[in-house]
Amino acid sequence: MVTSRVQIPGEVRRGDAVEVKISVRHPMETGFRVDDTGKRIPRNTIRQFSCRYNGTPVFSASLGSGIAANPYLRFFITAAESGELKFEWIDDAGERGDAVAPLRVVG
Amino acid sequence: MRAACLLVALCAGSAVAQIRPIPASELRSGSSFGSPELRAMQGDDFANPGMLWVERGQKLWQTPAGAAARACASCHSDAAAAMKGVATRYPVFDVTTKRFVDLEGRINACRTTQERAPALAPESEDLLALSAFVAYQSRGAPLAVTAGADAKASLEQGREFYNARHGQMDLSCSDCHDRYWGRHLLAETISQGHPTAYPAYRLEWQTLGSLARRIRACLFGIRAQMLAPDDPKLKALEFYLAWRANGLPLEAPGVRR
Repeated sequence: MVTSRVQIPGEVRRGDAVEVKISVRHPMETGFRVDDTGKRIPRNTIRQFSCRYNGTPVFSASLGSGIAANPYLRFFITAAESGELKFEWIDDAGERGDAVAPLRVVG
Repeated sequence: MRAACLLVALCAGSAVAQIRPIPASELRSGSSFGSPELRAMQGDDFANPGMLWVERGQKLWQTPAGAAARACASCHSDAAAAMKGVATRYPVFDVTTKRFVDLEGRINACRTTQERAPALAPESEDLLALSAFVAYQSRGAPLAVTAGADAKASLEQGREFYNARHGQMDLSCSDCHDRYWGRHLLAETISQGHPTAYPAYRLEWQTLGSLARRIRACLFGIRAQMLAPDDPKLKALEFYLAWRANGLPLEAPGVRR
């Protein structure tokens, strides 16, 4: 099922800065809230997020309880070779998610 | 003299039944009461978190379910064509059950009768995903619900609930949303209470939610007795809200505070 959305340009020139946008479906439970019966809801946030470009790490972020639900990340990378961007993340419950987006570089 | 009075009263009564509390020229979408940042978030299809549900709904639309192993697409095929404008007509009046059915109710009816699958729970990810996806196909189209002759009584039930005072705060929906819209309630600007953005992503909820959930949040706010999510009174109110907003473009999935 859909857990993330990625947006990158369809085609970029070598050496250009490429805008990468990703939004991830995640409740980002802070651990400070209680449910209707007064029981504490355990913290569950995305802990680590990383992006690899053809296997090379180009971006990573540590998220926590200060980030709203469904985090939306936007960053820039430098276009080198055609290939793929691989996004990976892991939350406090140990659940992993990933997404892949192809990048076409010309010139 | 008495007969004349009665006649005048009757005429006035039927005229009131036709006139909406806010004239069409003054109707304003809920997003116009929000901050510019909120409007930008709703207007950008990538920044709008509701689109996560729309994409999930698109997948579900193609996924067979239930004993009949049918998907929504098996009967309706392409949603972009088949579902265009459909959400503008909801809630509709079901003549057999004598109740109003909203989009979520219709999707669940399809699931149980056509797919022979268990109904989706109210406010579940899948139900919201499907209703957001279906409503998204009518984005920008003006709301156009109609109440036939047999739905009149239920429409009046919705109007009555809207105008009646409820709860410890002794407030009616009309007190805020007809009389004082545009004024402030602490830091909030009171909206006209139109349902055009739902299912909407509310920052307070940090998730997508249905109109029923939004109305229940209002009932909680005025400390009124809570209506069950499937209470016919709640559905009649949903219909009345849609009827008084007729003509406003649909914005689902909207973003609200």
